[in-house]
Amino acid sequence: MNSMQTTTVVSDRLARNVQRNIRERAIETILFGAALVSVLTTVGIVWVLVSESLNFFDHVPFGDFLTDTMWTPLFSEPHYGILPLLMGTITTSLVALVVAIPLGTVIAAYLSEFASARVREIVKPFLELLGGIPTIVYGYFALTVVTPLLQAIYPDLPGFSMLSAGLVMGIAIVPYISSLTEDAMRAVPMSLREGAYGMGSTRFQTAIRVVIPAALSGVLSAYILGISRAVGETMIVAVAAGMQPNFTMDPTEPAQTISAYIVQVALGDLPHGSIGYQSIFAAGLSLMLMTLLFNILGHVIRRRYREAY
Amino acid sequence: MSTTEQNLPVKAFTRDFNFYYGSFHALKSINLPVIEKHVTALIGPSGCGKSTLLRSFNRMHDLYPGNRYQGEIVLNPDNTNILDARVDPIEVRMRVGMVFQKPNPFPKSIYENVAYGLRVRGEKSRSTLDDKIEDALRGASLWNEVKDRLNQPATALSGGQQQRLCIARCLATDPELLLFDEPTSALDPIATANIEELVTQLRDRVTILIVTHNMQQAARVSHYTAYMYLGEVVEYGITDEVFLRPKKKETEDYITGRFG
Amino acid sequence: MKANELDQIRSVIKTNKRADLIFALAGFLALMVGVMAFITLFGEMVANGWERINPDFFTSFPSRRAANAGILSAWVGSLLVMLVTALSAIPLGIAAGVYLEEYAPKNWMTDLIEINVTNLAGVPSIVYGLLALGVFVYTFGFGQSILTAGLTLGLLILPVVIVSTREALRAIPIHIREGAYGVGATQWQVVSDHLVPYATPGIMTGVIIGMSRAIGETAPIITIGALTFIAFLPPSPVTDTVPFLNFEWLFSGFTVMPIQMFNWTSRPEEAFQQNAAAAGLILVLMTLMMNAIAIWLRYRLRKSISW
Repeated sequence: MNSMQTTTVVSDRLARNVQRNIRERAIETILFGAALVSVLTTVGIVWVLVSESLNFFDHVPFGDFLTDTMWTPLFSEPHYGILPLLMGTITTSLVALVVAIPLGTVIAAYLSEFASARVREIVKPFLELLGGIPTIVYGYFALTVVTPLLQAIYPDLPGFSMLSAGLVMGIAIVPYISSLTEDAMRAVPMSLREGAYGMGSTRFQTAIRVVIPAALSGVLSAYILGISRAVGETMIVAVAAGMQPNFTMDPTEPAQTISAYIVQVALGDLPHGSIGYQSIFAAGLSLMLMTLLFNILGHVIRRRYREAY
Repeated sequence: MSTTEQNLPVKAFTRDFNFYYGSFHALKSINLPVIEKHVTALIGPSGCGKSTLLRSFNRMHDLYPGNRYQGEIVLNPDNTNILDARVDPIEVRMRVGMVFQKPNPFPKSIYENVAYGLRVRGEKSRSTLDDKIEDALRGASLWNEVKDRLNQPATALSGGQQQRLCIARCLATDPELLLFDEPTSALDPIATANIEELVTQLRDRVTILIVTHNMQQAARVSHYTAYMYLGEVVEYGITDEVFLRPKKKETEDYITGRFG
Repeated sequence: MKANELDQIRSVIKTNKRADLIFALAGFLALMVGVMAFITLFGEMVANGWERINPDFFTSFPSRRAANAGILSAWVGSLLVMLVTALSAIPLGIAAGVYLEEYAPKNWMTDLIEINVTNLAGVPSIVYGLLALGVFVYTFGFGQSILTAGLTLGLLILPVVIVSTREALRAIPIHIREGAYGVGATQWQVVSDHLVPYATPGIMTGVIIGMSRAIGETAPIITIGALTFIAFLPPSPVTDTVPFLNFEWLFSGFTVMPIQMFNWTSRPEEAFQQNAAAAGLILVLMTLMMNAIAIWLRYRLRKSISW
């Protein structure tokens, strides 16, 4: 009797264990499924971009896409050369980086090496807020404030220009670059700074000669991620750089970027399956490949050359 | 107080020196001479303030908020109180070099590490740099090991080599006083022996103040020893005297291992 | 040390300090550029749009006449889209974060997921729009609807939620886990009774930052083909008949605040620019408020936590 009882209790527990194990496994599977959604997202992006682009390249020779200097998909005699859009993208990004990299680096070095804890506590949230402003608002800012301001200095500047869009885009990505750069600089251990200060360095010398070289991989990867940001940025250029593909790298001219072209087509109502519809996926694929390249490069630099302090 | 009983010149000394970390009174009226071209060791249990005192000689505490000095640390021959608000901490650090607990070479080449202090002083001439760097590396007994790879990153050196590189980095600028903050605590016994050997070689040329948690090390390398406890200098004297005939009971307890 | 050597050192320091001062000034100026940009941006919108902000502006549909136009359909649309975004991204993101931090074995699959999350965070938002256009609109047949827009933005902010969940979980020390396991809890009990509740403030910070980004996103919503001129409201989610809930709104056409602003910005007339400024002002205030809450939450978290 006694032994019987013990057996029931044990088997009871075993049954509960089995039940519990099944439940635990089920939960783990569900959680795994959630994690898998991110992979499915990537698969979805690649599938959509590649399959529609393949349809696109059924009609447009790949060579023309890469070499033709005109992008006029909606004309009666269409040309599908990505170069004008690419040049618009590169030019606006370059203007943005000319603003964002120096400003972002100087701000990061200032916050990391010069500013008191008090100043940092105030400035960092402020920069974060600046980085949180929707890009459409920056686009409006470029169009209504910066362009007229630039026209006051340079009267020949047209109402839409890559210069204006690029400058504002630069301001918009300063917080991003400065925060990544500052993170990299603050990760440099204090012992290195003490070594530099101990020999009589000023803050500036410590920052330029010791901290930045020590944080170089992080700083470079911040720049590269900033480039990727600029290349993919859409609304500022769509609003302020104009909507005309323009085979030029003169920033004082209006031009269309790859992302702005997608916006332009999406605003009209091109039928699903038309070549115009497919062209935005080809444009999107080009954009995706460019940003992917920069993102991977940025992460590789940070990971491979992570400083061993 | 410019000489001791033996009439040796004093390179630096503290006068009623107090130090506070915020409200914590870390050093209490320290009066300590540092004899020129000799080694003075600071010993004592951890938390006694020996590193705090050492770092004060280089105004390292200025880097962090909430620290406060009181009293004087005087550097000779010009009789400057280096804690004076009018004295630039950068000037102090250019005159007083420091070697840290953990080797902290900059992430640059071996050459550039040693050149750093000279470059900060505005030295641009390549031949002057070359000469001084060779002298410094020889002075730190590192020249033979690295002369063929001066352009390799300093981080590729072993821990002991890195620490000797940090010493060379200081020697290159010809400091008046060289501070060592437990320079061997992160090193293995062989590297430790090398550094100790180096300190003994340097002690006739440079004035050295060294913090160590290792009493044998103090006994081996120093001429003078100060025993510190709870932020005060309990006993100061010629090393042999302090170790063999301590005047204070606390010193004796510490040295004989009954405490600490 | 001879006196002339000391003089030499002093002159070197003087030169060095000049560079130091110049750089400090440069840093200050660089910060001022940011501050000035923010002030002009904000000031311009206030100056231009302030008079348009009145109750009518919130309760009117867009109109061909600028003075009558309002943002009713836009803010209702934004609200509903955000609802879908929150309901999709928060549970998915937390679950994925918990999996990666607490469950995932060390293998190639986990590596793949982690690399993938990092890369997704860097994909331009307009590409998410293309994904949604190809998959949600046409393949799944959701159309150019609130559901499509909400899910798109949900995917867009998923990396933010995942990363903040993981960081919040990582900040919980091991002894909390050991304590719970020590009294016989299963892994899921440890996660659901202890880890997720303790990580909630950190997760919320990430969620709010993600949502504030989503609410200002324009490009992906334009890409899925959202109409810019919407003079109706989606069907109400609440009805007066059983079961009192109605999901037709999910498939309704819509517009959102940033699209409304974009629409007005691209009109040449001065009066529409005023509307754009007013809409922009409201949008910025909304995102600033959300960001401020997140920053405050994180600040409090840092101050209060002592494990």
